[in-house]
Amino acid sequence: MKIYVPLDSAAKALGADEVAGAIAAEAAARGMDVQVIRNGTRGMIWLEPLVEVDQDGTRVGYGPVSVEDVPALLDGKLASLGPVEDIPFLAKQTRLTFARVGVIDPLDLADYEAHGGLAGLRRAIAMTGAEIVKEVTDSGLRGRGGAGFPTGIKWNTVLGAEADQKYIVCNADEGDSGTFADRMVMEGDPFCLIEGMAIAGLGVGATKGYVYLRSEYPDAIAVMEEAVRRARAAGVLGADVLGSGKGFDMEIRVGAGAYVCGEETSLLNSLEGKRGIVRAKPPLPALEGFLGKPTVVNNVLSLATVPVIFEKGAAHYAGFGLGRSKGTMPIQIAGNVKFGGLFETAFGMPLGTLVNEVAGGTASGRPVKAVQVGGPLGAYLHPDQFDTPFGYEEFDQAGGLIGHAGVVIFDDSADMLKMARFAMEFCAVESCGKCTPCRIGAVRGVETIDRIAEGDAGAIPLLTDLCETMKDGSLCALGGFTPFPVMSALTHFPDDFARQKEAAE
Amino acid sequence: MSLSQPAPSAEEIREIVASQLHLEGPLLPIFHALQDAFGCVPEGALPVIADALNITRAEVHGVMSFYHDFREVPAGRHVVKICRAEACQAVGADALAARTLEKLGTEWHGTTANGAVTIEPVYCLGLCACGPAAMVDNKVVGRVDDAKMAKLLAEAGA
Ligand SMILES: Cc1cc2nc3c(=O)[nH]c(=O)nc-3n(C[C@H](O)[C@H](O)[C@H](O)COP(=O)(O)O)c2cc1C
Ligand code: SF4
Ligand code: FES
Repeated sequence: MKIYVPLDSAAKALGADEVAGAIAAEAAARGMDVQVIRNGTRGMIWLEPLVEVDQDGTRVGYGPVSVEDVPALLDGKLASLGPVEDIPFLAKQTRLTFARVGVIDPLDLADYEAHGGLAGLRRAIAMTGAEIVKEVTDSGLRGRGGAGFPTGIKWNTVLGAEADQKYIVCNADEGDSGTFADRMVMEGDPFCLIEGMAIAGLGVGATKGYVYLRSEYPDAIAVMEEAVRRARAAGVLGADVLGSGKGFDMEIRVGAGAYVCGEETSLLNSLEGKRGIVRAKPPLPALEGFLGKPTVVNNVLSLATVPVIFEKGAAHYAGFGLGRSKGTMPIQIAGNVKFGGLFETAFGMPLGTLVNEVAGGTASGRPVKAVQVGGPLGAYLHPDQFDTPFGYEEFDQAGGLIGHAGVVIFDDSADMLKMARFAMEFCAVESCGKCTPCRIGAVRGVETIDRIAEGDAGAIPLLTDLCETMKDGSLCALGGFTPFPVMSALTHFPDDFARQKEAAE
Repeated sequence: MSLSQPAPSAEEIREIVASQLHLEGPLLPIFHALQDAFGCVPEGALPVIADALNITRAEVHGVMSFYHDFREVPAGRHVVKICRAEACQAVGADALAARTLEKLGTEWHGTTANGAVTIEPVYCLGLCACGPAAMVDNKVVGRVDDAKMAKLLAEAGA
């Protein structure tokens, strides 16, 4: 009998290791023939640890399972959730990037191949660099790290650059609160990221890759390092990628707890062993990146989407989505939420549908007050804006951004002045220090919000001015976008800024 | 990782530094390797690194001090990180952290009097759908409430 227990951090954080251990021990004590497979998570975090039992080829789910439930599970007496793939949260999704996550054993290369893995790389090997880049351009894929820049255009710049060495750098710094999709891929389908990076290498003529992986993710680091070793042993990486005659190899590098190192030029400095100060652009990293060489810097999800584009074709991928937001987005639903987790769907779903229908509203059962989309630099949206379709341009028009697609839900107990203050505080803590409006402005921002909290309504225009200065005078989005959460909190939830005044009088 | 550990020898430091020198951009890997071995980047390592990389000691220190992760002295025997970021705040992480600090009688980055536990803030552990989130050394914990926190701290000897 095959039993699946996720090794994903979120599942572990809810007791999956203990449950896996208990299943193995109980099965051994009973003399049962049980194979415990550690898969990735399906992304239904409220059901973790979600245990799946293979019953004649159908995976039946149980969850959340505790150690105490294990005897009943093996007796076949635990209430089941039915076939996992029929659970509405999963059944409603379109999984392209996440097709294998939660399904396969992440470190089993044969399992990976049996589920479509390496088909994309094999197809790419038969293509020229220019054809590879064109395929990515035609897919409409845009960078999933935040800025939404067309991936094909970036690759084309690197392809066209003349250099003795080029690099592929994967941005796995995933610092945004409310996001965990990169982590889920790296823990649940690491070969997919490796395959995507190899295709990128073949496409632009880069023979070396790095994954800059945040130190806050020790489990992802361990899985990725092992996956790289296995891929190298199997000839997926190395001097002769799958017998193509072309070389590509990669290393995992661990970050050191600086949020700003998710910004691509700061990341490159960090990778070179420098302070993670943001570089002015130009030069673009595509022309002068790591060690001054042409470098593709892409987010984990951008690179992990490349294999399916090559497996199924650019047109298939581009067939999903809305307007210029092509394909699917792995949306991460978090915070005070009933059904939190990963929901991959074509662009275009209205925010309110996601929050109320897919995610079931708040965990507390209280009304939704605000939703922050796009991490700590993203705006707080009001339920009045829930008809906004999930897309780059659509969110921009609504005064927000989708960023790395984290959706954080707050109930009516949230104090939006406090959230605005936190945004400024975070910017002050994480600023790289290069520009004054960010470094000093964020500290002033905290002080100004404290004055508002003490009842000084006259400080509100000061806060607005300060936000303008930060927007205009910051080199990168840390200083430049912190005004989004601050001003959206102030604009959409003015009572939280006024009520404080009354309380203080 | 205990505070009473003897100071690392120059030989040990040189070996660790040398083991990373083949890498492109070896400085962060060197810091990590030293910290894994000694619980901090020992003062005595800075001139060794400066020498090996042909940069000044001030530059080495400048890089090290930029990053939240690297320590000049070892932490307590266990490090408990509590997530302070937005998604965890949405489920009460602030109050949990405040109560924890109060109970331990420390501030953020502080260590309990018996040297057992250092408390650090962290901005997201990728456990945002099962917050409040924490990490004890490298072990992740989700949906942390007062009871779970008390158990974690007791296990860590706080
Ligand atoms: C302060 C800051 C933090 C960022 N953090 C990340 C991050 O953690 N991961 C990421 O992929 N991109 C992050 N970005 C965006 C990167 O600068 C860059 O746009 C991205 O890595 C490009 O890859 P993509 O085109 O595949 O999105 C950040 C940007 C800023 C300004
Ligand atoms: S805006 Fe802030 S983080 Fe960005 S470059 Fe300027 S000082 Fe550094
Ligand atoms: S916000 Fe706490 S784990 Fe992500």
